[in-house]
Amino acid sequence: MSIIIDHVNYIYGEGTPLATKALNDICLTIPDGQFIGIIGHTGSGKSTLMQHLNGLAKATTGHIYFNGEDIYDSDYDMKKLRSKVGLVFQYPEHQLFEIDVFTDVCFGPKNLGLDRREVELRAYEALEKVGFPKELFYQSPFELSGGQKRRAAIAGVLAMEPEVLILDEPTAGLDPKGRDEILHQIKKLQKESGMTILLVSHSMEDVAEYVDRIIVMNKGSVMFDDTPREVFHHYKELEEVGLSAPQVTYIMHALREKGLNVDTDVTTIAEAAKEILKYYS
Amino acid sequence: MLRDITLGQYYQTESVIHRLDPRVKLGGTLVFIISLFLFKNFWGFAVAAVFLGIVIGLSKVPFKFMVRGMKSILFLLLITVGFNLFLTQGTPIFTVWKLSVTWEGLRLALTMAVRLSLLIIGSSVMTLTTTPNNLTDGMERMLRPLKVFKVPVHEVAMMMSIALRFIPILLEETDKIMKAQIARGADFESGNLIRRAKALVPLLVPLFISAFRRANDLAMAMEARCYRGGEGRTKMKPLIYQKRDYLAYVCLAGYLAVSIGVGRLLPLGAVFYTF
Repeated sequence: MSIIIDHVNYIYGEGTPLATKALNDICLTIPDGQFIGIIGHTGSGKSTLMQHLNGLAKATTGHIYFNGEDIYDSDYDMKKLRSKVGLVFQYPEHQLFEIDVFTDVCFGPKNLGLDRREVELRAYEALEKVGFPKELFYQSPFELSGGQKRRAAIAGVLAMEPEVLILDEPTAGLDPKGRDEILHQIKKLQKESGMTILLVSHSMEDVAEYVDRIIVMNKGSVMFDDTPREVFHHYKELEEVGLSAPQVTYIMHALREKGLNVDTDVTTIAEAAKEILKYYS
Repeated sequence: MLRDITLGQYYQTESVIHRLDPRVKLGGTLVFIISLFLFKNFWGFAVAAVFLGIVIGLSKVPFKFMVRGMKSILFLLLITVGFNLFLTQGTPIFTVWKLSVTWEGLRLALTMAVRLSLLIIGSSVMTLTTTPNNLTDGMERMLRPLKVFKVPVHEVAMMMSIALRFIPILLEETDKIMKAQIARGADFESGNLIRRAKALVPLLVPLFISAFRRANDLAMAMEARCYRGGEGRTKMKPLIYQKRDYLAYVCLAGYLAVSIGVGRLLPLGAVFYTF
């Protein structure tokens, strides 16, 4: 049970003067239950790649296998794939349309053809999973705060009970508190349900703390694919493509230069604090 | 899926036609369209087609882009041809059930088909070689005399450029929302008419909200930059006629004279006499 991306190329606007190669020979394996961060600059192809995973974009050449089946087979059930691979777009609150939050969250499971009780049960659970306050269930989605809207929209995808959840910049436009809350909630969700989660972001800071693996995209190709620790080793190269390692990496390197013998590979603030305290004790 | 609409889309390249003053292109298109309705025989259309061919050649826009614009009106074209073919009185060629195809109908249908195709391709040339901004600038200048009659020319031009600017944005937005709803299992393609209309609700509601949000943002941004309408407003790039523009006007006058002369007067066309 996994996703295998096999030599995928995608040319955007083929046959027009604007034709550009958006994805360049991508090969990746995504095993079950992993929490993966996809990092890349704007236009690096990360969002395009994610749209391939649930069949919204079709590779110009190459194949994608979901649970061993080629999703480009003519008899492959795309609708089923979309229920298994949930994709939360950037600014997902822009897709809300129903008169109240609960009905909106019901939209996804209802489209799967489930009966009403099952639909409502799933919607209820999904809203609970994202920590959406119960007293707001029957509010109009347009009257909510930015963070709540986003939760409602994420719940809308979760209610389909996907095996793989892809979140495209889920924290864009949120304040630091809202950002941390959403990321925590996602991590919790991943721990509790064992779901495979792909988190697309352009900020290392966001993902370093949460993910098991980081895939760095640059100009349509995979640049690095490793654990956060290994990827941040290359912080100089990351800078060259307009990305950066988390701030702690820089602090630890600076401390090391000043003669403190600390481990420069730490990825989170907590680890860094521990390292520094260890040095002084 | 929604990016195939070329009518009114700019094709970026470097050519004489691209560099022409938008007023020349607007005037030229207008003259070209009017000329299409003045011809009395097929020779006029032949001259028009040759003229258009030369302009397309000069514009360096691949011909398939012009034809792509035709696709959108193919249906309309077929209906027009069909009606003219079957419903014109005259000498019948053959009869199918109660409908008879007449010589007059055949001529009229052919004229209409050629006229409509040339008309669409002709105006595509203008929109493919002129940026929307240039186009509205040209329009504003040409309509300026109407200010005497208290027509808010600048405001209308501004509304037009904003509307044109918003077309690609809203198309992109539609595409995005559509994808987001498809990811939630929405189905826009199957079912009967009523079901399909209903399926559009999850698309249209967010689209309207987004359009209003964008309009609001734009209005704020304009006010923040002290926009206050056309009174006393100067242009960063004022439209000034160059030598090539005058030359283009001369060519246009030449075309008009030749095509009208040929299209209305030449007896050779008597065989194809259309009216």
